Amino acid sequence: MKSVVKGTSYVLVHAPDMLLRNGTTQTTERIVNPDSDYLKKLPEHIRSYDDALSYLPNQAYIGNLDPVALREHEQPWFDKKYDKADRFGSFGEIMPQEEFYFMIQAADEFELVRLEKGFVEEYKEKFFANPVLTDLIKDRIHDGIEKEALEKLLEDDAEGLYIGDRLVGAVKKAHDVDVALTSHVLLENLASKASNILSLLHLIKSAGLDPDEVDYVIDCSEEACGDMNQRGGGNFAKAAAELAGFTNATGSDTRGFCAAPVHAISIAASLVAAGAYKNVIVAAGGSTAKLGMNGKDHVKKDMPVVEDVMGGFAVWIGADDGKNPYIDLEHLGRHTVGTGSSPQAVITSLVSDPLERAGLKITDIDIYSPEMQNPDCTKPAGAGDVPVSNLKMIAALAVKQGDLERAGINEFVENRGVPGFAPTQGHIPSGIPMIGHSRQALLDGDVKRVMIVGKGSLFLGRLTNLFDGVSFMLLPNEGIEEKSAVSGDELRKIVAESLRGFAQSLLSEEEDEQ
Amino acid sequence: MSILEGKKVIAIGDRDGIPGPAISECAKSAGADVVFSSTECFV
Amino acid sequence: MDLENQRRVKEFAEQVGPENLVVIIGAGEAGASALAAETVTAGDPTYAGPLTGVSLGLKVYHVCEDEMKAEFDEAIYEDQVSMMEMVIDLDEIVEQMESIRSQFTKY
Repeated sequence: MKSVVKGTSYVLVHAPDMLLRNGTTQTTERIVNPDSDYLKKLPEHIRSYDDALSYLPNQAYIGNLDPVALREHEQPWFDKKYDKADRFGSFGEIMPQEEFYFMIQAADEFELVRLEKGFVEEYKEKFFANPVLTDLIKDRIHDGIEKEALEKLLEDDAEGLYIGDRLVGAVKKAHDVDVALTSHVLLENLASKASNILSLLHLIKSAGLDPDEVDYVIDCSEEACGDMNQRGGGNFAKAAAELAGFTNATGSDTRGFCAAPVHAISIAASLVAAGAYKNVIVAAGGSTAKLGMNGKDHVKKDMPVVEDVMGGFAVWIGADDGKNPYIDLEHLGRHTVGTGSSPQAVITSLVSDPLERAGLKITDIDIYSPEMQNPDCTKPAGAGDVPVSNLKMIAALAVKQGDLERAGINEFVENRGVPGFAPTQGHIPSGIPMIGHSRQALLDGDVKRVMIVGKGSLFLGRLTNLFDGVSFMLLPNEGIEEKSAVSGDELRKIVAESLRGFAQSLLSEEEDEQ
Repeated sequence: MSILEGKKVIAIGDRDGIPGPAISECAKSAGADVVFSSTECFV
Repeated sequence: MDLENQRRVKEFAEQVGPENLVVIIGAGEAGASALAAETVTAGDPTYAGPLTGVSLGLKVYHVCEDEMKAEFDEAIYEDQVSMMEMVIDLDEIVEQMESIRSQFTKY
């Protein structure tokens, strides 16, 4: 059975104060260089919610702007505004930090998160006005505690939640000595869980998903939850499913650095194709650690620190409906242990090998979605335009294989890719952001074949020096094949006829022998 | 005079450029001793 | 450059002597190449890592520079790296690397 993509959701959370206080570039700097110019200048480079809202790549991520249209706007984009910017898009929303703190509180099951009373009174109505919120979430919001009580929590190692200098909440540690349950880890994990839940809530709304029909959820973020005896024990997936109201679902986590989402989708699609489950959701929340990752270069270049949003997404993989684009499980691309790390070997394993097996060439794919990092984040850091580099690698391989002229590389990049529009949140930009837009383009018949590529830097974990990557093709659904549906009567007739034919052939053989 | 032969080499690769192990292979072929190889990730 | 990588570069320079060490960079961009090259010659320009204020003056090349290619086994380079010449802006990278070497390399 084919596994189809029935819907997607994409959310962003504007998190300027989490950037300042929880992003690892900043936390490291505070340890190494507490009096640095960077830390002094950084607050002047933080964007307002409105600026993050009208930012072109963010609007493309939530589905308000076709990423192809980003080409009409000269880079960099941080000094431009999208005039039709909206908080809500066809795929999701850009949630302000204040409301996200409510989501973090709602995501907490162990009385670890406390918000300030005045803050709750001030923002509760605004938070509750969000159309995707369910009573399950709303009923979990507490009244909040006094400011003095919050300050006391900070003295006991809690992580503060701030709006500017104002302390509005705190995340407590969950254990006195366990380093896997510090307030820092819990904030990171609860923020990931909360943005995952937000993605799931949007999927329910934008894709018309019935929460009761979800069988299985796979979380593919980059965090680890557990205690000191099982630091990565896991199951962000089931934790998020619970608060999304997926009563009939279980789930598990898939990890693999930035490549995890593409791994997760091939697993989800296989579960559906095998008939094990009918509806599997692949989802991930965002990373507080990566907020402001390249902030130093942004400040040095006197631009806003554009890595100020956390990302989230959810993809609904379901049984063949004869309509939605399907995942080609017969021709998956994979970087193996033996592939090696040379760029040509990597791209061969991810792109040309699966194509060759399908009898296709590199130039037969209409849209490639390798890494979708927003170049505004990476170019000032000297890391270039990552999506363009990856598309050029694919084009260069096509040149090597004789399917493209060298002079045609730039045109290939222009025609078969889109500008990067996803925040540099590791797993968030890795191929996945184009599934929503591509699904629509395939449904509309605008494109015929899309390839989603995820790459992962496994060596960062210091367990292996290997790189990783996986890919799949998204193809248009040409309808469910008409089964030769025969009724019982017809079947009996066919069997009778063939038996009669068989008997006659025996008879005639006997006659021949006589 | 050879730059690499008999020398110790450190390879600093790039995830979206040329990774460390690919540089190491080349350096070894020039008679260098690769003492450390790493790949940086900007994203 | 990654802080751990800086620490290792510093350690090896002390261990084997800076004159015996060559750093080969594989960055895809001129900016990142220059940053890495500057770090192992003049010191960490971002003031974050162990090479802050440490001018090792090491020999440093980009893996696609002619000086390197002349010494690599041709077939291995072809296999491992060559395709990237179609992807990167080699002229710009060479310009940056030469500039850093002429200013800061001591060996």
